[in-house]
Formats: sequence, structure tokens, C-alpha cells
Amino acid sequence: MDILLTLVWIVVLFVVVMLHVAYATYFERKIIGHMQVRLGPMRVGWHGLLQPIADGIKSFFKEDIIPEHADKPTFLAAPIICLVAMMTTLAVLPFAKGWVLADIDIGLLFIFAMSSLASYGVVLAGWSSNSKYSFLGGMRSMAQVISYEISMGLSLVGVMLLAGSLNLTAIVEAQGDRFLGMYLLPQCIGFFVFFISMLAETNRVPFDLPEAETELVSGYCTEYSGMRYAIFFMAEYIGMMVMASIATICFLGGWNGPFPVPFFPPLWFVLKIYLFMFLFIWIRATLPRYRYDQLMGLGWKVLIPLALANIVLTACLKAILD
Amino acid sequence: MEALPREYLGILLLLIFGVLFGVLTLFLGRFFRLSRPYREKLTAYESGNEPTEAPRMRFSVKFYLIAILFVIFDVEAIYLYPWAVSYDQLGLFGLVEMLLFIGLLLVGYVYAWKKEVLQWEK
Repeated sequence: MDILLTLVWIVVLFVVVMLHVAYATYFERKIIGHMQVRLGPMRVGWHGLLQPIADGIKSFFKEDIIPEHADKPTFLAAPIICLVAMMTTLAVLPFAKGWVLADIDIGLLFIFAMSSLASYGVVLAGWSSNSKYSFLGGMRSMAQVISYEISMGLSLVGVMLLAGSLNLTAIVEAQGDRFLGMYLLPQCIGFFVFFISMLAETNRVPFDLPEAETELVSGYCTEYSGMRYAIFFMAEYIGMMVMASIATICFLGGWNGPFPVPFFPPLWFVLKIYLFMFLFIWIRATLPRYRYDQLMGLGWKVLIPLALANIVLTACLKAILD
Repeated sequence: MEALPREYLGILLLLIFGVLFGVLTLFLGRFFRLSRPYREKLTAYESGNEPTEAPRMRFSVKFYLIAILFVIFDVEAIYLYPWAVSYDQLGLFGLVEMLLFIGLLLVGYVYAWKKEVLQWEK
């Protein structure tokens, strides 16, 4: 019975997340379109509302090309590694009190472990494609993701200090019911570091160097086509959603809002995630891309010292105030 | 099943579900999508030119150095997690210990900076 319930929960979670991912691409195109004084997708359905469905069907029927000298097993496995690593992360996210698949005590650690695994998919894709663009894209992505993983991991230590737990539900509850109890205020340096690292971890503009189209065509997924490409795309958008959720949980007080919502407890959580998704898109429409040495410089020389300083500051202040 | 904590079952099931979804969509797609491969289509993309040299070429040693530095700093971050979680129980002793630990790491960090490992381009 328990297992059955878990399975139902998984299927519901999966469908909701997949729809979310599909419509995140729609909103991205629509918002960027309007920011550039265009209309964005308009043809399929009312105001292009069915566009993501059409894209999904199209990529399902597209030819799947495997380049001749590719390392076939690795080439086939890479997108699935990416997708599975990102999807498994969803299990530990609490959408509201009790609305969580696996309420484990090492929640944050688990998320870091899984998002590191996703970078394996990217590196393997780049290496196995046997194409120069893919190879360079994979290498760049690896270096970028591991560099920013450090600053991201360190920026959340402040939150752990304040909450005294790695369990995501406990972190939200430690921020209290009050709207102003959120860690955004005491952890503003941590949030700043986390937000920048989050953009770099998800390979978003201004840090989208692994797939910088003006120099690397499409980076690690240059040789991928059809459904395999779509799976990389899904993994990327699930990654964005997961990062937005962590930011919401750790800094914006999770599902707590100005007033409780009776029938749909995760409403505030969802709204906060949308806020972050909008920020992702807004930044993409606004900022130009970083240069690679600037990117590495920012990660290693600015964000890591800032995050370390934040830890020391938080620990000292906590010792004094208690 | 008793050895496996109840919560981790959900994660395991989601993992299996994810693998099944990925494998099944790709496998079932085989019966629907067309497949007309020919030589030009299968060559690696290189802006329309014939590919020259082997693509798995020599790459900058910088990537390797970054990977080594990553191991050091990531292990540091992992050590900080249990400390941060049990900070309240450790008291002043824990604070001083961690300041020493971060101080030692800063020495290495400054060394790496001075050796220009963090400098991508000289």
C-alpha cells in the first residue's frame, strides 16, 4: 500500500514537472519575444499555447543521428544520466508541509551529489560525440560546473548554521511562519553568491559558455538530435527548477507566505519558483555572455572568498548573539 | 527491506522511473522515427568542412588544475556541513577549530592564487 501511494505520488510529480518544463520553454520564448518587441510563438493554438506539445511531438519523430566515430554506449547513455540525476533531485524537495516524496535528513547534501552527477552526463556527451565542438563544450562545462559547485556549496553553509539541519523541511520551518523570518535578510551575502552560482550551475546566460552558440555551435549537444537532444533540454529545465526550489527553500522561506492558502498549500512555493524562473529569463534577455577567463576569475577569486567570509561572519555573529 | 530506510524507497523508485522513462521514450521512438543515414549526415559537424585531425585532441592543463583544486575545496565544504549542522552543540571550541581549519585552507588558497593557478589567461 505504501509503495502504491509512493508510485502514484511519483507519477503525479513527474507529470506536473514535465508540463512545467514544457511550459517553461514556452514562457521563455514568449517573455523574451515581448522583451524584444516581438510576439513569440503565435501559430500553434491560441497565442501559441500548444507550441511546447508540438515541439515534443516533433522531437519524438525526428531522426536520431549517431555520428559514425562516436563511442556508442556512452553516447546513448549520456542524456539519460543527465535526466535521471536531475529528476531524482525532485524527490527531496518539499513543496509544502508534508508534500515531499522523501523527507531525508541529508536533503541538501543529496541535492549537491545529484547535481554533480548530472555534470557526468555532460562531460560524457562531449567526449563520446567525437566532435571538436562537443569536446570543448564538455570540458568547459565540467570546469565551470565544478568551480561554481564550490561557491554554491559554501554559500549554503550559512543557512545550515542558522537552521542547524540539512533537512529541507527543517530549514523551511526554522525560518518561522513570519514572512520576514526568511533567511534572505541575515544571509544576503550567501544569497548573492548562491544566485550567481545557480546561474552558472544551470549553464544559463550570462554563463552559458558550454553551449555558446557563436563559438561552439551548441557545445556538448552539437551532435545530438531528435529526442536525445530533447532529453538534454528537459534535464536543463528540471535543473533550473530544482535550483529555483533550493533558493526558495533556503532563502525565501519555502511554502510560507503572507497568509496561508486553504486548498492548495504549495501556492506560495510555486509563485516563488516562478519568480526565479522569470529572473532566469529576464537575465537571459538582458545580459551579454561572459568571457571564459572572466567566468573562472569570478568563481574562484570573488565568490569563494565571499562565501568563506560569509561563513566566518555568520558563525561569529551567531556565537556573539546567542 | 528493513535495512533500507523508508524515505529512501521513494528516491529509488523515482530513479528507476527516470531511467525507464528515458530508455522507453528513446526505444519506442525507434519504431516511429525515420532513419535514412548516409555518410555526410554521419560525419561529425565541423562547420560544413571535412573534419580534420582527431577531435579528442590535447587540451589545456588548466582544466586538470581546476579539477585538482575542486577536490580540495569540495572536501573542505563537505567537512563544513556536519560542523554547521551541529554548531550549537560544539560551542566556542567548534568555532575556534573551524576558524583554524579555514585559516589553513586560506594559506593554500593564497598559494594557488600566487602560483597563478586561478588565473585562466596570463
